[in-house]
Amino acid sequence: MVNIKINGMPYTVPEGISILDAAKQNGIDIPTLCYLRDINEIGACRICVVEVKGARSLVAACVYPVNEGMEIITNSEKIHESRKMTLELILSNHEKSCLFCVRSGSCELQKLAQEYGLDDPMAWAGEQNRYEIDESAVHMWRNNNKCILCRRCSAVCAKTQAVGVIGANNRGFKTHIGQAFELDLAEVPCVSCGQCITVCPVGAIGEKDDGPKVTAAIRDPEKFVCVQTAPSVRATLGEEFGLPVGTNVEGKMAAALRRLGFDKVFDTDFGADLTIMEEANELVERVKNGGKLPMITSCSPGWINFCEMYYPDMLENLSSCKSPQQMFGGILKTYYAEKAGIDPKKIVSVSVMPCTAKKYEIGRADQSAAGVPDLDISITTRELARMIRRAGIDFANLPEEKFDSPLGIGSGAGHIFGATGGVMEAALRTAAEWITGQPGAPLEFHEVRGTEGVKEASYKLGDLEVKVAVTSGLVNARKVLDAVKNGEKDYTFIEVMACPGGCVNGGGQPYQPASVRNFTDLKALRAKALYDEDAGMELRRSHENPAIKKLYEEFLEKPGSHVAHKVLHTTYKPRKRYDIKEK
Amino acid sequence: MYRSHVLICGGTGCTSSGSAQVIDALEKELKKNDLENEIKVIRTGCFGLCALGPIMVVYPEGAFYSMVRPEDIPEIVSEHLLKGRIVKRLLYQETVEADTIKTLDNTDFYRKQMRVALKNCGVIDPENINEYIAYDGYQALGKVLTEMTPAQVIDTIKASGLRGRGGAGFPTGLKWSFAAKYDNDQKYVCCNADEGDPGAFMDRSILEGDPNVLIEAMAIAGYAIGASQGYVYIRAEYPIAVKRLSIAIKEAREMGFLGKDIFGSGFDFDLDIRLGSGAFVCGEETALMTSIEGHRGEPRPRPPFPAEKGLFQKPSVLNNVETYANIPQIILRGAEWFASIGTEKSKGTKVFALGGKINNTGLVEVPMGTTLRTIVEEIGGGIPNGKKFKAAQTGGPSGGCIPAEHLDVPIDYDNLIAIGSMMGSGGLIVMDEDTCMVDIAKFFLEFTVDESCGKCTPCRIGTKRMYELLDKISKGKARMEDLDQLDKLAHYIKENSLCGLGQTAPNPVLSTIRYFRDEYVAHIKDKRCPAGVCKELMNYYIDETKCKGCTLCARNCPVGAISGNVKEPHIINRSKCIKCGACMEKCKFGAIEKH
Repeated sequence: MVNIKINGMPYTVPEGISILDAAKQNGIDIPTLCYLRDINEIGACRICVVEVKGARSLVAACVYPVNEGMEIITNSEKIHESRKMTLELILSNHEKSCLFCVRSGSCELQKLAQEYGLDDPMAWAGEQNRYEIDESAVHMWRNNNKCILCRRCSAVCAKTQAVGVIGANNRGFKTHIGQAFELDLAEVPCVSCGQCITVCPVGAIGEKDDGPKVTAAIRDPEKFVCVQTAPSVRATLGEEFGLPVGTNVEGKMAAALRRLGFDKVFDTDFGADLTIMEEANELVERVKNGGKLPMITSCSPGWINFCEMYYPDMLENLSSCKSPQQMFGGILKTYYAEKAGIDPKKIVSVSVMPCTAKKYEIGRADQSAAGVPDLDISITTRELARMIRRAGIDFANLPEEKFDSPLGIGSGAGHIFGATGGVMEAALRTAAEWITGQPGAPLEFHEVRGTEGVKEASYKLGDLEVKVAVTSGLVNARKVLDAVKNGEKDYTFIEVMACPGGCVNGGGQPYQPASVRNFTDLKALRAKALYDEDAGMELRRSHENPAIKKLYEEFLEKPGSHVAHKVLHTTYKPRKRYDIKEK
Repeated sequence: MYRSHVLICGGTGCTSSGSAQVIDALEKELKKNDLENEIKVIRTGCFGLCALGPIMVVYPEGAFYSMVRPEDIPEIVSEHLLKGRIVKRLLYQETVEADTIKTLDNTDFYRKQMRVALKNCGVIDPENINEYIAYDGYQALGKVLTEMTPAQVIDTIKASGLRGRGGAGFPTGLKWSFAAKYDNDQKYVCCNADEGDPGAFMDRSILEGDPNVLIEAMAIAGYAIGASQGYVYIRAEYPIAVKRLSIAIKEAREMGFLGKDIFGSGFDFDLDIRLGSGAFVCGEETALMTSIEGHRGEPRPRPPFPAEKGLFQKPSVLNNVETYANIPQIILRGAEWFASIGTEKSKGTKVFALGGKINNTGLVEVPMGTTLRTIVEEIGGGIPNGKKFKAAQTGGPSGGCIPAEHLDVPIDYDNLIAIGSMMGSGGLIVMDEDTCMVDIAKFFLEFTVDESCGKCTPCRIGTKRMYELLDKISKGKARMEDLDQLDKLAHYIKENSLCGLGQTAPNPVLSTIRYFRDEYVAHIKDKRCPAGVCKELMNYYIDETKCKGCTLCARNCPVGAISGNVKEPHIINRSKCIKCGACMEKCKFGAIEKH
């Protein structure tokens, strides 16, 4: 511990922590823009500057460590003026279309501009860079005219996701975020995870808004519009309406969807339970028949993209199961359509997902069980929130309602799919019973819970030793995959989620400013909502879901059957990372 | 045995003025005259007097030929090398005396110089390690490895008072002692050979003229701090330097000066070259290391300092080429010898790249504390065309302009800072009365705007806005408030930028405002450029009384802005004139004026 002074007051803080943290611990906020803990610690934006006695110039509080006797001033005239000028300079090269910006209200720059009393829209006016908006990718757009070059997006892409397809190009005033060789985003191996969107402090990156397409479908009397919501969305949607992080809003969400006019409001949890049936069966088959091991989960489309582009030699390890979203869509347009007597061509299959890669996934080949695409539109949590607001629905005061039957019935195992380790635990719950042949096998597998990037465990199921690994965040996936490839590790089953912490922290989830992200474990709080709900449920194993049982009885026969393969399984293909042709 | 040695400069300056062709012609001519076994031709590094290149020196006479052309070679061979008659017509005229020739050391250019870092440049063949060895090369390394402990080496460097020659002037021994303090399985010694200041080329010249000195010094540094690997970061635009250093490294490895168990001491050290793409910011130490690591060359926040976590997050030392070039001699001649040169806080010598409005453009090395007047008027040979000295710019884009009133200030690190400039890497650009200081400030800011890495806000956007304000001033479109804004912005950028590039970028503006404020005011208030440089603020006029109507100006005007009948005064159409000055240059009667 060291003794320091901040604004004249003495404090004792751990040695070596940043000035930012030392101040925060003692109730003093220092503004930040570029800083993201563990991801982007580059001291670039200079908004967090403070005075340190004896230092030659102002220092960046986010990266400057405290030491014994340090005297820090965070709130002087000089600091105020410096921060204000930094903001003015940023704004002098920023497209100030704030009225129409998707981030108006959640923009970190806007908030600081207000706090620091910026009053002159023409301050430091001069040349402004002009860039074309990149709308080439299916899932998102990038608008460099609003970019403030904090580099949070490129840092998360490179450091958290080990993808690194966006970064700084050119230099000086002409510096901008771009792709290699100024290619379009669609021409580079972006995995569509959307992490860049969630960390952008301003409106420079966003998902493609498919909300209007959904509204148009709902308003079309010819269409039968069904919606499914991913497990994690209920754990995060409330944040968009001012509820605390980690509030489970399942009932209000179902009510809101109904009021938006969906014909049926279903739950992807049903698809998750179905995934477990097929995936657990596939695992048992692979183990018994000497199939390719380790088997790796296939729920996360960002991960599938990553595997196809960066680890094409491991495609055989991927489970052939479609993701829960796609399984659900397949069943909706085959089994359900027939049961309800609706022409599948009239059904519009909509999903609300924590994920931007789902927008890519719905267009994949081999995902059309009924001869038409399993899914028609996939929107993110953020887009749903926008639709709810636009429709004038008072979310906080909605009654709690239930999903529609039968595709709205899900187990606790399905719920926890939304957090890293959840798919593994759900699969183990079912596999344990199947392999041992006895009901009442273990239900909770705590070793695979938690937000660490790599978790390992080994379980004895009957005579079988199952070695598992759970990883989230593609940089961690890379570590696990490399260890498998080098022969350092020998797993039976691996769960991979592209986004760190799993779907609760997906690229389609609500914005949280860095001032929250840097000091709160969003992943853990959101995951807790799911685990808590699971713990309170009667139905906690996928294979005990009555709707699932009935589905097999009436339609699918048994897991891995011929018809199950037709409707619920898919294929993968290696993809080139850069396909640069001579011009 | 050869009876004569002919040294021809193969540095970049002389190479671009044609020394390769001269060498070619000489070798052919020698062969033709069957002299190739009697006379040895050596391609050396830079002599310093680049303005007079290509340079050729013939020993034993020490005849110093300047501006040699291939056509001159037959005469030099037949007269001088065959018959022993020096061709005085082709000598550097300052060395010519009635019946004899002066030695170089007695010329104005060299007399006040003291060559430590440049000791071997222009003397030895840089592509032959034996010549370096013959001039005491690798003796210092031998002494260090066999007679001294690492701590003694560091103490010696500390006692010598050597400070970094790359910019900020940090004490070298202290820097080494920091890196030595951290225990680690791997440490690195790095050399900054990125040399980005416009006009500076001393590091290039050392690499081209004496590459082994760098290898020897880096090995000594490696021993001192406990590093077994070094990297030299050179800009790829220095092909001759890269080639000669590569040869030197190869030869040093073959001779056992690099590699395992050097001098049987158990000390291992090796060296590799990393090429940079010429970004100015890569001269900043953390940006340089980031670039060596294979990333975009951008500075990192400090702390941690490189001595603790530098290259690849390992303890590292970084010095520039000129700093290293002093090390072997400090070891061999002792810290006291080095400390006896220079001023109280700045020891040794400093190399300056002399450029701009000066007769002897080139490289000079003088003891610290030499006055600017000595450098400009004596060594530099004064200002051409009888013009008046206005200012000298030192420190490149990070430095400032020194006005005539400070010509007698002894130049060292601290004095330069005190008068609003800095040593930088040693670029020294002389300006005469025809130089507009607003224009100069604008030139340097344009450079900074271009070379900013774009990472931090103050430098990325702030320097651009400064440039725009300067542009407004130079075009007569500014108001006095703009000058205040410029000043405010300059101080903000100094205080708030991430690295040294941004923190010093406003210096050219601040120093010109400090010493030449009235010029700024003239641009703003009177819409006038006193030096007549800023195009928007001046016009060309034809004096009717002087114009003879010869039509020469009209015929040379590229845009047809001049009209008039033969033998009648002409006039310039100001709406067409692009102010190129062609008319004024051509007029034989001095009838064209600009103001």
